[in-house]
Amino acid sequence: MTATGIEQHPEVILRLDDVSKVYSGIVAVKRANLELRRGAVNVLVGENGAGKSTLMKIIAGVERPTLGRIILDGEPVFFSSPAEAQAHGIGMIFQELNLFSNMSVAENIFATREITRGLRGIDHAEQVAKADGFLKRLDAGISAETMVEDLPIGQQQLVEIAKAMSLNARILIMDEPTSALSAAEVEILFKVINELKAQGVAIVYISHRLEELMRIGDYITVLRDGQITGQAMVKDIDTRWIVRSMIGSDAKDFARAVDHNIGEEAFRAEGISLARRTGGLAVDDVTLSVRAGEILGIYGLMGAGRSEFFECVMGRHRHATGKIFINGREVRERDTTRRIRRGLALIPEDRQREGLVPVLSIASNLTLASLRRFVRIFHVVESAEKRAIKAIIQDLSIKAPNPDFEVTSMSGGNQQKVVIGKALMTYPKVLLMDEPSRGIDVGAKADVFRTMRRLAGSGLAILFSTSDLEEVMALSDRIAVLSNGKLVAVFDRHGVTEEAIVAASAKGHTQIRDHAS
Amino acid sequence: MTADTSTAIPATRSNGSWLLTVMKLRTFIALFAVIIFFSIFAPNFTSTANMILMSKHVALNAFLAMGMTFVIITGGIDLSVGSIVGLCGMVAGALILNGVVLPIGYTIYFNIYEIVIITVLVGLFIGLINGLLITKLNVAPFIATLGTLYIARGMALLSSDGQTFPNLVGRPEFATTGFEFLGAGRILGLPVSIWMLVVLALIAAYIARSTPIGRHIFAVGGNERAARMSGIRVDVVGIFVYMFSGFCAAIVGLVISSELMAAHPATGESFELNAIAAAVLGGTSMSGGRGTIGGTIIGAFVIGILSDGLVMMGVSSFWQMVIKGLVIIIAVIVDQAQRRLQQRVTLMQMAKAG
Repeated sequence: MTATGIEQHPEVILRLDDVSKVYSGIVAVKRANLELRRGAVNVLVGENGAGKSTLMKIIAGVERPTLGRIILDGEPVFFSSPAEAQAHGIGMIFQELNLFSNMSVAENIFATREITRGLRGIDHAEQVAKADGFLKRLDAGISAETMVEDLPIGQQQLVEIAKAMSLNARILIMDEPTSALSAAEVEILFKVINELKAQGVAIVYISHRLEELMRIGDYITVLRDGQITGQAMVKDIDTRWIVRSMIGSDAKDFARAVDHNIGEEAFRAEGISLARRTGGLAVDDVTLSVRAGEILGIYGLMGAGRSEFFECVMGRHRHATGKIFINGREVRERDTTRRIRRGLALIPEDRQREGLVPVLSIASNLTLASLRRFVRIFHVVESAEKRAIKAIIQDLSIKAPNPDFEVTSMSGGNQQKVVIGKALMTYPKVLLMDEPSRGIDVGAKADVFRTMRRLAGSGLAILFSTSDLEEVMALSDRIAVLSNGKLVAVFDRHGVTEEAIVAASAKGHTQIRDHAS
Repeated sequence: MTADTSTAIPATRSNGSWLLTVMKLRTFIALFAVIIFFSIFAPNFTSTANMILMSKHVALNAFLAMGMTFVIITGGIDLSVGSIVGLCGMVAGALILNGVVLPIGYTIYFNIYEIVIITVLVGLFIGLINGLLITKLNVAPFIATLGTLYIARGMALLSSDGQTFPNLVGRPEFATTGFEFLGAGRILGLPVSIWMLVVLALIAAYIARSTPIGRHIFAVGGNERAARMSGIRVDVVGIFVYMFSGFCAAIVGLVISSELMAAHPATGESFELNAIAAAVLGGTSMSGGRGTIGGTIIGAFVIGILSDGLVMMGVSSFWQMVIKGLVIIIAVIVDQAQRRLQQRVTLMQMAKAG
């Protein structure tokens, strides 16, 4: 006991001591040491997949650390569930909203902590009254009796915040709380944060919006590839320090650009639009083109419509509008099957949900999209299939000792290579890659980037999306910036600055806020 | 998960993979266990006549279970097969006995081959309806096939007003004789239905292994979204499996009414449950993506031998139900345990590989 408590700053309420978290494919957090101070806003930044959310889930009891300890008020603690963490005064607003859409706002706020009157059951009136109090503090303009499913996404986020406030937490973790809020709502949230701070609550604030962090933060911690790479007082630093710590001085291993000829236009999308189910457009009249041998990077923040754009191109959404052309000829086919045959291939963002069939073998996953290549009438010629599998495994240097093993037995990077291999085996003319480097380790990333270069060199037109600035700068021949569904700018790689790209990516979002407020 | 396996690696590596092999062969082991058990305790169990009789019983369930296996692998369920058995039997019976009465005063009689083909088409048609409801109209498989279960059964009862079509010998002048061949005929000493089972099982296993549609069935069950994004026509796969299931049910309808030389509208009630049980016993996962035709056939044999053997031992039919239920539950528990063990062994291999 005494060993744990010493040399701890009195302001520190919670400390993570050498915490690591390993999932089956990947190390998400590597030996992190983090201190949270009471009465302050502790800011956490890092790129997508840097491990911020994992780290917070460990604190909130959602995930358990593989190694290391959590020390709360000088005592080591172990949370086996979020309820236990809540009992210790730790509340969390999750990035993905965790609301029951079939219940009212009040019922959501008091879920698992219902106010009861003994045998007479839940005291609905009392719950509604209290919930209304929290909502009023947030200036939300929502009645506590509304059903959550009837609320737009921004107001749902406010309900989530009200729920976290109702916990009377000593530590309140907010994972991108402003991603769906309008400018006016953000102001109110900041006011509430300041109130909570004054009451001595330790707030953990995660966001990608650097200007917000600089305004609201007191202490800042930067994560990169699961490791903490910088800790400072916000008043001592500037945004350039943050970017530097996020990206790191040891530049990632991007394959060198090989000089090759860029050919004729291979792919053009004209006026692609997709309506969002909640209203508005997820993809708003996007027109762009890619030439053979060219890599077009599509940069944008979360929710900018990158994945949706790719899905439209692949024919995933029947109600999407717009035209696509391959080698100048219009693709009239509306369904994915025939678009793949015309030479389009997609590497989806969510490998587990859309890329792989986990129960099948590595081999079956690889040939899933290209099986017809090996079919004579209706018989799959096994020898031809085996030969092709062997070739692609070698070609992409996939570490697969036995292709008949289940695909889930591989690491994340190798799984991603299988998804890429599956797409390449259809002999695409245009390759769409949605966040191809997401959730894979550094070595595999380098392999993926090298493969992209090589494919472009051999004349393939590649579109890839990313929210990683450094990646888009290093890999692209041209950079298209999407923002709130709109194509706001297309830059040539030469002579564009990171600042210009960031500024462009925020454009569409500010417009929306103006409308809302 | 990760934490506790890492500590247990050296201790469980050897006996872990041994146990896994035993678990993988569990259906085989169960089959041998029931055969050995009944050879000792049930009189006349091993006689050739009894073996052939049991095989004929098993074949009926095995047909349905094969169709069911494909359906379950895609992540669906087909509750309507029992009713399709009943309806198809009635269709065959009505065509042999009465032909089709046209309103203008004529009656059309089909010959026996045409009758068999029409009956099979009826099974395929109901399967098509199931498939369309599930893929195009997004009705949950459980509900869609529950609906067709009632409809098909109701139509079977309507066709004869609840009566049995007796004595289906047919008439030589209409070329409707010879229906008994399916149920009572023999080729090389084995019943025709067994030969049909062998042929259909080989075809189904071939489909599963070496045709694109077979691969697609597994892919759709394993991850429908990924299958769709890979260009697989998920709807076509869905319609195929329900039509195949309907086809299998039509075969059973024909075989049963041929064995009895009569068609009764209540034939096939609760057959769907036996088919599901056989598939599950054979290692088909209800969550989709896993299963084999071979496993299902063995599963059908385990269930069939178990119930026939218990009858021969004189165990009450009430106890038989209890025992059957226990066997199914134990099979699924072992299946889950195997899945967990498999995962651990895989993680160990990964850890070993670095």
